[in-house]
Amino acid sequence: MLKIENLHASVEGNEILKGIDLEVRPGEVHAIMGPNGSGKSTLAGVLSGRETYEVTAGSVTYEGKDLLAMSPEDRACEGVFLAFQYPVEIPGVSTVNFLKAAVNSKRKHAGEKELDAMDFLALLREKLRLVEMEETFLSRSVNEGFSGGEKKRNEIFQMAVLDPKLAVLDETDSGLDIDALKIVADGVNSLRSPQRAMVVITHYQRLLDYIVPDIVHVLSGGRIVRTGDKSLALELERKGYGWLGQEQAGIAPSAG
Amino acid sequence: MKTDDNTVEQLANREYKWGFTTEIEADSVPPGLNEDVIRLISAKKNEPEFMLDWRLRAFRHWQTMVEPHWAFVEYPAIDYQDIVYYSAPKSDTDGPKSLDEIDPELLRTYEKLGIPLKEQEMLAGVAVDAVFDSVSVATTFRDKLADLGIIFCPFSEAVKEHPELVRKWLGSVVPHTDNFFAALNSAVFTDGSFVYVPEGVRCPMELSTYFRINAAKTGQFERTLIVADKGSYVSYLEGCTAPMRDENQLHAAVVELVALDEAEIKYSTVQNWYPGDEHGRGGIYNFVTKRGKCQGRKSKISWTQVETGSAITWKYPSCILQGDDSIGEFYSVALTAGRQQADTGTKMIHVGKNTKSTIVSKGISTGHGQNTYRGLVKINKRGDGARNYSQCDSMLIGDKCGAHTFPYIDVANPSATVEHEATTSKIGEDQLFYCRQRGIPTEDAVSMIVNGFCKEVFRELPMEFAVEAQKLLAVNLEGSVG
Repeated sequence: MLKIENLHASVEGNEILKGIDLEVRPGEVHAIMGPNGSGKSTLAGVLSGRETYEVTAGSVTYEGKDLLAMSPEDRACEGVFLAFQYPVEIPGVSTVNFLKAAVNSKRKHAGEKELDAMDFLALLREKLRLVEMEETFLSRSVNEGFSGGEKKRNEIFQMAVLDPKLAVLDETDSGLDIDALKIVADGVNSLRSPQRAMVVITHYQRLLDYIVPDIVHVLSGGRIVRTGDKSLALELERKGYGWLGQEQAGIAPSAG
Repeated sequence: MKTDDNTVEQLANREYKWGFTTEIEADSVPPGLNEDVIRLISAKKNEPEFMLDWRLRAFRHWQTMVEPHWAFVEYPAIDYQDIVYYSAPKSDTDGPKSLDEIDPELLRTYEKLGIPLKEQEMLAGVAVDAVFDSVSVATTFRDKLADLGIIFCPFSEAVKEHPELVRKWLGSVVPHTDNFFAALNSAVFTDGSFVYVPEGVRCPMELSTYFRINAAKTGQFERTLIVADKGSYVSYLEGCTAPMRDENQLHAAVVELVALDEAEIKYSTVQNWYPGDEHGRGGIYNFVTKRGKCQGRKSKISWTQVETGSAITWKYPSCILQGDDSIGEFYSVALTAGRQQADTGTKMIHVGKNTKSTIVSKGISTGHGQNTYRGLVKINKRGDGARNYSQCDSMLIGDKCGAHTFPYIDVANPSATVEHEATTSKIGEDQLFYCRQRGIPTEDAVSMIVNGFCKEVFRELPMEFAVEAQKLLAVNLEGSVG
């Protein structure tokens, strides 16, 4: 579904990603872990098409297409979803209207008719339950005045509504207390399916107790330095990220 | 970042969609202004003596005044002797008795503007006093309103049919000496609307006027006077679009509102006059004086405006809160794109006790647009317990535009409360990306974000106007990006 090869990317001339190779197949949940500044969010930004990141080398193929050549909105319409680390407030735009525009834009892209108001509302109600949110939430402006937990739940709610093929979750656990974390993780788990792939980016192992990944990658210094199964996350939790640097110095990085 | 700015600018650089001119023979006087021209205007309109005297007094005063230049706008000098001060569609000289007698070409113009008068009369429940150039040519629903004692007619007709009311209230809020443009208007105004709502009557429909500037080089000098007698209510809508023009056109209207005890007037404007081409040539100069007086106790005047057109907008719909417990409101959205300049805001003059005012201003600048909020909150000595809340938000799209805020606060009473909040934001790169990541194209995202920004103002507009305003904003932001 997603194939990243030798991806290099920089921000304002500073190279952040220094050759990423990664392949994600439908149904898989990949966790990408790494210390601050390792390039985790840059990877999320490049995949979603943020213009602040400049790709200097390498390729990203998504369902056989050159992902990097597509606009952010086209990527979204083709099924790429990013759950933002810092969800953005849009004052005066209700969540329901925002999602209606998003859903209809996606349907238009797929050559489908717009959803009628009743069907749309039914869809929203069903998905609200996944993240334990009240219906009143729909009439509130997008993320405006939301608590940290509400913002993250809103991201997962949107993901449920937009039904992506590839979901990238950027530090979805940051700023969540344990209850909110459980709700978000339950929401994400309910969206796991053989057709959908997920890339879960996180600094802490904690989230991976709830969203259990198939494959764990460790990102450090702009490269994937280790790949393993979920036990790698536990090892990291025990040892911290410090030992990676030493290992990296002595042993050639193993790419996933 | 650059890319996004450029994209958004392209969106803003759209062509004016409603630029067309109607070929109608106009009955005009030659350009220039002197007492003879004023006498001619007055004579053409068969005005009573008092009206001519008033015009002449205004003209004589105007000659002693100089054009003000304190607004944050720039334009070439206006040659007042090169303006045509009277122009009436020829077909009007016989006086149409019904819509059937109206020049079909004129009706088609309105249809192009989406104002099917005939249908409107039957369906919409909105009475339309259509001003085509300077003379009102069609008025509907008059009979229904007349049953309630409501007078809604062209100003020129009110001068003849209701001289006592005109004489009593004309200039009572905006005197003929008020300012340069108001004095000019008082001397040469050709028409406008007149509304009188009698005591205790709640006007059952929105009263509406569509203005349209047509004949070349014709200054538009509308005069509108609305009087709401004790305990009455009226909602008035003013909306306009204009055909494409090469010459700059001066528009100096005056609107006066009077609310007596416990009366309420809601005045809503959607303004979309030709803003000029991409170099700023040929747009309308919109220099307007709008003021309402809450004369009676517990009276209320509410201004809502959506300003998307004109090369230059220079207007401050204001409230004089004279009656105790009276309320003044001002809700404004001003969009400046291309080379447009707007210097707009309000004045809330608190005179009576326990008066309240609310100001919500939303300025949006894009392209090379310059958007200024200028407002005065003045609380007089005897204004015990007066309260004001002001909120002025500016949004910038791109990096070549400007937003400026000049709030003046003048409080002479220690028991008064004045709150002022102001924000300036750049249309979020982050907001735009968030929308696009959800699949919403840039153009739709810009329109959605801007509409959200203006929501507090739009919700003050009557329903059908709110929809129109949102469309207008979308059209004004949209561009060639496919």
